[in-house]
Amino acid sequence: MDAAVAAIVERVRAAHAAGEPLRIRGGGSKDFYGETPVGSVLDTTTLVGSADHEPTELVVTAPAGMALVDLEALLAAQRQCLAFEPPRFASGTTVGGMVAAGLSGPSRAAAGSLRDHVLGLTMVSGTGELLHFGGRVIKNVAGYDVSRLVAGSLGILGVVVEVSLKVLPLAEAETTLRFDCKPREALALLHAWGARPLPLDASAWWNGNLIVRLRGSAAAVAEGAAALGGEAIAPAAAAPFWQSLRDHSDPFFVAAQDAIDHQDATLWRLSLPQTAPLLGLAGDELIEWHGAQRWLATALPAAQVRDAAAAVGGHATAFRSRDKSAGAFAPLAPPLRAIHERLKRSFDPKGILNPGRLYPDL
Amino acid sequence: MNAPLPNAAARSAIDRGRRQAEVVAALGRVLPAHALLWRREETVPYECDGLTAYREQPLVVALPETEPQVAAVLAVCHRLEVPVVARGAGTGLSGGALPDPLGVTLSLAKFNRIVAIDPKARTATVQSGVRNLAISEAAAPHRLFYAPDPSSQIACTIGGNVAENSGGVHCLKYGLTLHNVLKVRGFTAAGEPVTFGGDALDAPGLDLLAAVVGSEGMLAVIFEVTVKLLPMPETARCIMASFDDVRRAGDAVAAIIAAGIIPAGLEMMDKPMTAAVESFVHAGYDLDAAAILLCESDGTAAAVEHEIRRMADVLRACGATRIEASENEAQRLRFWSGRKNAFPASGRISPDYMCMDSTIPRKRLADMLIAIAAMETKHRLRCVNVFHAGDGNLHPLILFDANDAEELHRAEAFGAEILELSVAMGGTVTGEHGVGVEKLSSMCVQFSPAERAQMEAVKRAFDPAGRLNPGKVIPTLVRCAEYGRMHVKRGLLAFPELPRY
Repeated sequence: MDAAVAAIVERVRAAHAAGEPLRIRGGGSKDFYGETPVGSVLDTTTLVGSADHEPTELVVTAPAGMALVDLEALLAAQRQCLAFEPPRFASGTTVGGMVAAGLSGPSRAAAGSLRDHVLGLTMVSGTGELLHFGGRVIKNVAGYDVSRLVAGSLGILGVVVEVSLKVLPLAEAETTLRFDCKPREALALLHAWGARPLPLDASAWWNGNLIVRLRGSAAAVAEGAAALGGEAIAPAAAAPFWQSLRDHSDPFFVAAQDAIDHQDATLWRLSLPQTAPLLGLAGDELIEWHGAQRWLATALPAAQVRDAAAAVGGHATAFRSRDKSAGAFAPLAPPLRAIHERLKRSFDPKGILNPGRLYPDL
Repeated sequence: MNAPLPNAAARSAIDRGRRQAEVVAALGRVLPAHALLWRREETVPYECDGLTAYREQPLVVALPETEPQVAAVLAVCHRLEVPVVARGAGTGLSGGALPDPLGVTLSLAKFNRIVAIDPKARTATVQSGVRNLAISEAAAPHRLFYAPDPSSQIACTIGGNVAENSGGVHCLKYGLTLHNVLKVRGFTAAGEPVTFGGDALDAPGLDLLAAVVGSEGMLAVIFEVTVKLLPMPETARCIMASFDDVRRAGDAVAAIIAAGIIPAGLEMMDKPMTAAVESFVHAGYDLDAAAILLCESDGTAAAVEHEIRRMADVLRACGATRIEASENEAQRLRFWSGRKNAFPASGRISPDYMCMDSTIPRKRLADMLIAIAAMETKHRLRCVNVFHAGDGNLHPLILFDANDAEELHRAEAFGAEILELSVAMGGTVTGEHGVGVEKLSSMCVQFSPAERAQMEAVKRAFDPAGRLNPGKVIPTLVRCAEYGRMHVKRGLLAFPELPRY
């Protein structure tokens, strides 16, 4: 690991000296995400080694090149987990890629996001400095929270070489319930349940079905299931469903990919206030996070989708598309754009790390 | 031959007077007269925050009453190149709101309006001067609450909470301020409106909200905050457990987590602290215990019943000598009364106390208590200890007399030793109180020069001229050189010194 870190430092220093763009890449499972990657590949799968998991501290420190599935298996052996359920779009998804992309899965609305669980990280800046921010403890306010700023930055601020994450015990119990309903009814139900102290964890509405997962203590889940009603889904069917939703392999995402390939559609990720109304945009829609994340496969113009999301206080990401000419991410307000530009320069003055991956010219 | 030069102090007093007149005149054009304080007797209440050992006279105090006035004050200060120190209730414990002698203290205390409670979305939008507890009070009719509950919650403001990323006794289960804030609306140093985060669960681009929360007023001025509200748990119960040995108490904390339980609160007090609070609140604490743990469970009645039973089993297996579970709300509050009065109780047994705030891995709690006992002998001072044990966050209170300069010096050395040991154990110098001015030197121990330089660059990305709360959080190279202690390598996967190219 130390030799691999030294090699990354050396590579970044050389690229900095030469002004050579680097494309940071782990398992490559998210090559599609964000703007088109450019530059010579900087392979982070060399950053391997053992993860340091301390169950009683609720923390794991893992090298960036470690496969996410391996990390999760290690945690599961101690009955712990990454509560934010990061997606694994392929078996090679790495810990470093997970942090750089900052994506969270079905449980996000209840359990928090990837960024919420980052406690600290070690990174190589665009000048080849090895820097460490945050730590391995839950409460830490020493200095700016740079590690959480780096989470989800798509590699434009630095190469993550190691990360410490808060982990949680696996829930004692969980149950999955199904309801027949229209999307408007689904949102109304979710908002009503959300106001009550129920162990509501994940939800998904698609195609007339609302699927809800309760997680928590056995007593709370049993009480919650009785209060909600609906049709109980057997664990043997529920587990693969949530897994396929998390990893985008379920029928909605398969159909969306087909529409992208054959109908010039785009798979949009709409991040909206949970209580935003249905946007009424043409296309196939899957609603997650109790209304806060809505996937839309549509061929509508980008501007129409972005405007509709912005009108209700949210934003739209062109998640998967063959045409990202309108930008992968919603544009930034001018003062935020200026801060982004100065931050980028402060970490990477020559703009060699993942240039343009988050926004063109950044 | 030459007239004697006026001495430097007199000269700087003249310069300061001139500067003050200039700033007062400029701010007088954007603020009503009563919203501007600069006479010595008027500005005294603003000379310090909750860390009273550090005092400074602000050049001017501005108390705007409207949002455009806040923007105008910032624009004036930007134009005149005057430092700005934003201030909420002034309850901070690290000197984060210590005035700049040539700066404007910008009080946001008048902005105490709850803008909106949205029970369906479970959010509250409040102005930055709203008190922490006032949010939960306003949400209570909807059976909702705001989870982070710093001990000063009756007085501290949400703006200050966001600036400090405040914690409380329920962080382990409910998270810090960071985890409970959706959106921050405010101004850049130049007075330009800016919004971080949003009403959705994430915002496009870099997560600037994560940088702003806990930035101690150095990146932006916070005007309005949207926080998440949670449904009130149906019920809560608390266990009070005694241990005759601190190591067994520390092990019990780890054992509870290892059993897969995330308690709503998990607090620890040592014997001297217990004695101090008992004589203050008379709650019936076990005075023979070497350490006391408070373990809280909240949720539905059945879930709480089950969790209390499981926690009691773990505590018993770890050798607890006495276990009592609250049977009603009055008893639960009585269990907590001592813990919540730990600071005032310490004030009764000593003229002054210095409160530390480091965080260490939970498994080192007992090691730390034993090390502190040795430091008491070494520095010839008493220390009483109260810990947010579930988070590994320590609040050792070093007892001393500030009127005795030599004793103050020993107390500072004692505190520095605790912080350095915390870093060496893989922890951090501040868990929830912030760096402010108090822990500037300790930052030299925790971060390398390159890391501090990067933090300074982050500051400049938000505030290019370095106008907001200058001199806090990030120590200068000179200061670290004078402090003379080396950056301590953290207990992370160790990298040997990398070769230089």
